[in-house]
Amino acid sequence: MNQPASAYFIEERHDPNETHTLAVLVQNEPGVLARVIGLFSGRGYNIESLTVSETEAQKHLSRITIVTTGTPMVIAQIKHQLDRMIPVYQVVDMTQTKRSIERELAMVKVRGQGEHRVEALRLADAFRARVIDATTESFVFEITGNTDKINQFIDLMRPLGLVEVSRTGVAAIGRGPEGM
Amino acid sequence: MSDKSHDPNQMTGAAMIVRALIDHGVTDIFGYPGGAVLPIYDEIFQQSEVQHILVRHEQGAGHAAEGYARSTGKPGVALVTSGPGATNMVTPLTDALMDSIPLVCISGQVPTHLIGNDAFQECDTVGITRPCTKHNWLVRDVNDLAKVLHEAFYVATTGRPGPVLVDVPKDVQFATGTYHPPRKSDVHRSYAPRVKGDATQIRKAVSLLAGAKRPVIYSGGGVINSGPEATKLLRELVEVTGFPITSTLMGLGAYPASGKNWLGMLGMHGTYEANMTMHDCDVMLCVGARFDDRITGRVDAFSPGSKKIHIDIDPSSINKNIRVDVPIIGDCANILGDILQVFKAEAKKPDIKSWWQQIAQWRARNSLYYKKSNDVILPQHAIQSLFQATRGKDTYITTEVGQHQMWAAQFFGFEEPHRWMTSGGLGTMGYGLPAAVGVQVAHPNSLVIDIAGDASVQMTMQEMSTAVQYELPIKIFILNNQYMGMVRQWQQLLHGNRLSHSYSEALPDFVKLAEAYGAVGLQVTKPADLDGAITEMIAVKRPVLFDCRVAALENCFPMIPSGKAHNEMLLPEQANDEATAKAFAGGKALV
Repeated sequence: MNQPASAYFIEERHDPNETHTLAVLVQNEPGVLARVIGLFSGRGYNIESLTVSETEAQKHLSRITIVTTGTPMVIAQIKHQLDRMIPVYQVVDMTQTKRSIERELAMVKVRGQGEHRVEALRLADAFRARVIDATTESFVFEITGNTDKINQFIDLMRPLGLVEVSRTGVAAIGRGPEGM
Repeated sequence: MSDKSHDPNQMTGAAMIVRALIDHGVTDIFGYPGGAVLPIYDEIFQQSEVQHILVRHEQGAGHAAEGYARSTGKPGVALVTSGPGATNMVTPLTDALMDSIPLVCISGQVPTHLIGNDAFQECDTVGITRPCTKHNWLVRDVNDLAKVLHEAFYVATTGRPGPVLVDVPKDVQFATGTYHPPRKSDVHRSYAPRVKGDATQIRKAVSLLAGAKRPVIYSGGGVINSGPEATKLLRELVEVTGFPITSTLMGLGAYPASGKNWLGMLGMHGTYEANMTMHDCDVMLCVGARFDDRITGRVDAFSPGSKKIHIDIDPSSINKNIRVDVPIIGDCANILGDILQVFKAEAKKPDIKSWWQQIAQWRARNSLYYKKSNDVILPQHAIQSLFQATRGKDTYITTEVGQHQMWAAQFFGFEEPHRWMTSGGLGTMGYGLPAAVGVQVAHPNSLVIDIAGDASVQMTMQEMSTAVQYELPIKIFILNNQYMGMVRQWQQLLHGNRLSHSYSEALPDFVKLAEAYGAVGLQVTKPADLDGAITEMIAVKRPVLFDCRVAALENCFPMIPSGKAHNEMLLPEQANDEATAKAFAGGKALV
């Protein structure tokens, strides 16, 4: 490829992208989420999913779970860039550990009558989704599972009268007795 | 109540700020007053331990603090008001972040209850400066202020140094609370930069170094930031191994330019021998540098045959641009010390005679060649004359950004660290003049020279007024070619010689301008008068604007054209129109 007229050495990288789930333990203080998000937008990294909540109130610790994509070099950069932020305690690449469980919760509103309604209920049962709200013409299902399962459930609900979806994003934790 | 009033640690937030500065050994700060910092200025007025230098624009305060920091190794401190005061600090903060300079900025903020109200001179300072600081804080409670200030100094000066900002609302400055002196618990438990290098990695590094046939040491600003011990150890390592050494723009002075193993600077405008040595080496030891794009040239053709060792205190510098074989995280001085110890105990000086012979051939190409003239001053010649005239003197050099900066890096020899202050990462035109102010404040009896360009220097020219006010005898040595030289050079090389807005149609008369400020103006146009004028400039014990009229169309060579590798440098004698067109052919296709 010809170089464009630039003072920069523009180079395409051809490494394939990978998806990684990162668990980031941070001091829960004002602006900490903005720092993390700003890092991603400022350096052009992707965020596929982001969840954050205080996990240990006494110690003011929050846990951020980020699903991101990038080449292996970019993923390594993301981890280092996160780790060097002052309020960040620890960054664990849950994907790399190969021992993590990932779950997401979704609430799915479906509107319909007759056969569609029965079918929706039957599928919900098969996916172990719970009915958390019902009217004579609608349901709200609560479903928990990994991202693929939820995507699949939502796809099935679409022809049955899917109205809207609210998802929490991915939370992840390691298997076994050890903490991160 | 009555007990508290006698407690010497009970004080207002404004008093805490001054007290914390004193506790951290700060003797000089740079700033500009405004509504939201008046309580702090009131405290400054009533004491004499901290000297405040009044700048003319907050950007000047930031760069002055940077110059102060770079020339002393201590943190620089700037004090600015809310709103525009804070936004004017964004450039110096970013500059300091890119070049890892310890800077503590204290900014005023509108009172807490007005935050978010679009109050007069309000801006989201911590939001705006979050990406351009190592860390920043908004202090909402006066009882948190002491802790935050101490942490700010700690964060700025440890690990990879950098700028920090503490935003203090005006009501917090007025409020009374409890101060405490610096203590360990002030710092986030999550912040613990690694200092000591991994022993296994150090052994791997030594074994690579000991077996090298074509080694090179490539050092950067990290060595200087690490402190005098790192410089000493770097020099010892060069001595013990006999290896050739080159350095980035930021690292100049860590190894003396007169040293026999010195190859000159590397990178886009580095010497031919430095870049060829990098390209052809079999073992590269990178110490405190970060494989910046101005250094590497084309990434996939960067030093293809070498094993690379990378010492850096910041893990995010590792494998960012270039994959390395032996990364070692930690402080340069610490790791260099360990490497030396293992090397001396277990290895002997490798025989690299034939490598040095090869390097001598590259050196013989004389890549910094330029043609002197009797009629017009060549900019390179001007810098060489300046260098000769200042030899043996206690000299500090700052620069602006552009061709003059590269010529200064090529032709001014630095023997010691902390003597060379330049905006490397951000490339901030207008850095040099205020930086010189800061350097001169730190070193009142030294010779401080800003090697400047006529375009850059006008960006922060107002700080001449600061220099005059505080009798800081800085010398502003302007290589005046009436162009934004580096912009023009790229337009000539890459944009079909269409010189779009790179010529300054109306330059001020710098001599009159100097006089208007109450400084001294000198102008020289003929090569024969140059040395005399420089001697006069140095002799004057006042600020000087030195208008050195140089060859207008001279360009900066050698250079690595865009998209090319280290071994495809364009040398000065090849830089005729035809060769230049060919070297940039890839670029031209898309012009």
